[in-house]
Amino acid sequence: MPSLQTTAELEELREQIRAARDPSKPCIAVCGGAACDGLDSAAVAAAFAAEIAAQGVAAKVDFRITGCHGYCNKGPNVLVGPGDVCYFEVKPEDVPEVVASAAKGEVVDRLVYRDPATGEKAVHMSEVPFYKHQMRILIGDIPRIDPTRIADYLAVGGYSALAKALSQMTSDQVLQEVKKANLRGRGGGGFPAGLKWETTKNAPEKTKYVIVNGHEGESGAFMDRAMLTGNPHRVLEGLIIGAYAIGAQQGYIYTRHDSPSMARHITAALEQAKELGLLGKNILGSGFDFDVELHFDVGIFVSGESSALMRSIEGNTPEPRPKYIRTSVSGIWDKPSNLNNVETWANVPEIINRGADWFTSIGSEKSKGTKLVSLSGHVVNSGVVEVPMGTPLRTIVFDIGGGVPEGRAPKAIHFGGAMGGSIPISMIDAPLDFDGMAKLGAPIGAGGLLVMDEDTDMIEMARYLLDFLVKESCGKCTPCREGMYQMLKILTNIIEGKGRKFDLERLADLTEVTSLGSLCALGKTSSDPLKSMLRYFKPEFEARIAAGSAAGSEAK
Amino acid sequence: MIDGIIEKYRGKPGALIHALTEIQHENRWLPREIMQKVADALEVPFSQAMQIASFYKTFSLTPKGRHEVHVCTGMTCHLRGAAKLMAKLEEITGLKPGETDTQAKFTLEAGSCLGSCSIGPELIVDGKHYGRMTPERAADVLKQYE
Repeated sequence: MPSLQTTAELEELREQIRAARDPSKPCIAVCGGAACDGLDSAAVAAAFAAEIAAQGVAAKVDFRITGCHGYCNKGPNVLVGPGDVCYFEVKPEDVPEVVASAAKGEVVDRLVYRDPATGEKAVHMSEVPFYKHQMRILIGDIPRIDPTRIADYLAVGGYSALAKALSQMTSDQVLQEVKKANLRGRGGGGFPAGLKWETTKNAPEKTKYVIVNGHEGESGAFMDRAMLTGNPHRVLEGLIIGAYAIGAQQGYIYTRHDSPSMARHITAALEQAKELGLLGKNILGSGFDFDVELHFDVGIFVSGESSALMRSIEGNTPEPRPKYIRTSVSGIWDKPSNLNNVETWANVPEIINRGADWFTSIGSEKSKGTKLVSLSGHVVNSGVVEVPMGTPLRTIVFDIGGGVPEGRAPKAIHFGGAMGGSIPISMIDAPLDFDGMAKLGAPIGAGGLLVMDEDTDMIEMARYLLDFLVKESCGKCTPCREGMYQMLKILTNIIEGKGRKFDLERLADLTEVTSLGSLCALGKTSSDPLKSMLRYFKPEFEARIAAGSAAGSEAK
Repeated sequence: MIDGIIEKYRGKPGALIHALTEIQHENRWLPREIMQKVADALEVPFSQAMQIASFYKTFSLTPKGRHEVHVCTGMTCHLRGAAKLMAKLEEITGLKPGETDTQAKFTLEAGSCLGSCSIGPELIVDGKHYGRMTPERAADVLKQYE
C-alpha cells in the first residue's frame, strides 16, 4: 500500500477497501484469544481453512482468525456473519457442517447457545445472555477484524478519528474535547486523562513522550491483553491522537513479553501504520511527526507502576520514584511523559469521532463511558465484559456471569487483584463506579472482577495475595519490604493455628504503617485487600485465632 | 545468532533490556561470558548488566531445562485449585518452582497471571497452554515431552 499524503487519500483508500467487500457475504470468525487458544482454537481454525478449500467455497465464504470475542469459558468461539450467529465449544469435527451451512446461509442448530436452566435457544450474539447486557463500544469490532491487517481496521472506520483530529481540529481542541468528556484513567487511579495530558502539554521541555501502559500485572485481569491483541490499531490511533494533542514526538507501548501473539500483532500494526504514513514524518500532510517503539516488561509486577515503567524503558531496573516528582512533568530521561492505560487510549478515537457529549451520555454521574471488566473466579460465564459505568454489580455477576456454578452461594466479590479489595455479596447492588467502589473498599482497579463462592477461605486469600506481593516488592523502601513480610508472617501463623491474641491489632497497625510509609502504590495499597477483609469478614479471623489457640492449649 | 543480537545493539546502552531479552529467548539462559560480551558491546558497566539480569524474573543466570513447565498461580487459578496442581507437578518432576532437574529436561516455574483466567487452572509447557488442568491429567501432559 502507498504512503498516504492527505486525509482525502485515506478516505479514498477506505472506499476502495469497502467497495471490494460484500457485506452480505458470509464470514466465519474464529476466536484466537488467550482462553480459546488454550482450548486449541488453532486446530479449529486450521480445520476451517482446510474445509473451505475442500468444499471449494472460498468465493462464497470468508474466513478470519480474530482476537478475543469475550465469552472465554465457552471457547473455542466461532462467530458467523452477517447476523453474528454464535457457535460455542466448536471442535474440528464440527467444522464441515458449519462451513456448509454458512455457505447456504443456514444455522447449525446443535451448536447454538441453550440456556442451562430453561433450555431456551439463543442464536445471535444480541440474544446470548452473556452478550446481551453489554455495551461493546471498545471491543465490539474485535470479532470483525483480523488484527494483523490494517485494511480490516480501515474497513470498520479506523483512523477516521485521527484524520478528523489532524485536518479539522487544533491540538488544543482535541485536548478540550477529551477534558470535556471527563475520560478517567482506566488503569486504576481514575485520574482525569485530559488533565494529565494538559500537564504534559504545558510542561516547558520541548521533547515529550506518550506511553501506553499495557503491563496488566493485575492478577485476574486480562481485558487489556484482549484489547491490544484483538485490535492494536485502535489503541495506536488513540495514542497518535493523544500525541498530537500533547505535542509529543515519540511514543512507547509497554507490554508483557509472555504473550507471543500480542507482540506479533502490535509489531505488525506499527509496521503497517508506518507504511501507510500514519506514523512517521508529516502524518497525513499535517506537519505532525510521531513514531512509536514497543517495549517489553520482562517479568516483574512493579514495572507496571508508572515511574518504575519509565525506568524500565530507559533500560534500568524498575524502581519507583517518589510521587512528588510527577512523571507528566519529568518522566523518561526526565522529559515530560504522559502515561495512560490501554483502555484509556482505546477510548480516545470514539470521543473524537462522536464528541464529548455522546461520551458523557454513557455512564454514571462521575464515571463516564464504558468499562472493560475481566470476569472470572467462581462464576458460570467468564470472560471479557464491557458495560456502561454505573452498571450494578448484580447485572455483571448474575445476568452476564450467570451466577455461581453448581448451585453454590456467592460469598464475596473481589476487585482489583492483589491491591484491590473484597466486599461481601450483600453489597451486590452497588454500581460499578470509580468513587463508589473505592469508598466500599474494593476499588475497581484495572477491572479484574473475581467472584468467590461460599467455600472461599478469606484468610487464606489475604495470605495468598500478600505472599504474591512480598515476592514482587522491589525492595527499595523498608515499609513495603518489611511491613508486608510481617503481615504475611502473622497471617500464616493464624492459618497454621498459631494465631495469638492481639494479632488483629498488630495487623491493623502494620496495614496503617505500610500504607503511609511506602514509596509507591505497590506498598501503599498492598494491605488494601487485607483491610477490606478485616472490615467485612472480621469474625472469620477472630474465630480462626480462637480455634487455633484452643487447639494449641489442648496439645499441651 | 547471539553474536548477531549483540551486534544489532552495539553502542546502544539504552537497549540493554532488549538485548538480554532476545538472548534469553534464543539461548534460554545468560552465561557469564555472554553477559560480559553484552556489557562490552553496549558500553555499560558489567555490574549494571548483572543488576538487570538478576532483577527481572525472565532472565536466568543458570541453564534451564529443555522444557519450561509453568503453573499459573494467579488469583483465579489459585481460587480454582492451582496449589494442588503445583503440588502434583512438584511430585512428578521432583522440583520446586525455579528449579531444573539434573538431566535438564524440565524447569518448573510459577507464573502469574497469564490471562487465561476463564479456563484456569492452567499448565503451560513451552508456551503451549493446557486449560482446565487437573492434578490427575498433568502427568499425561508431561509424558508428551522428552
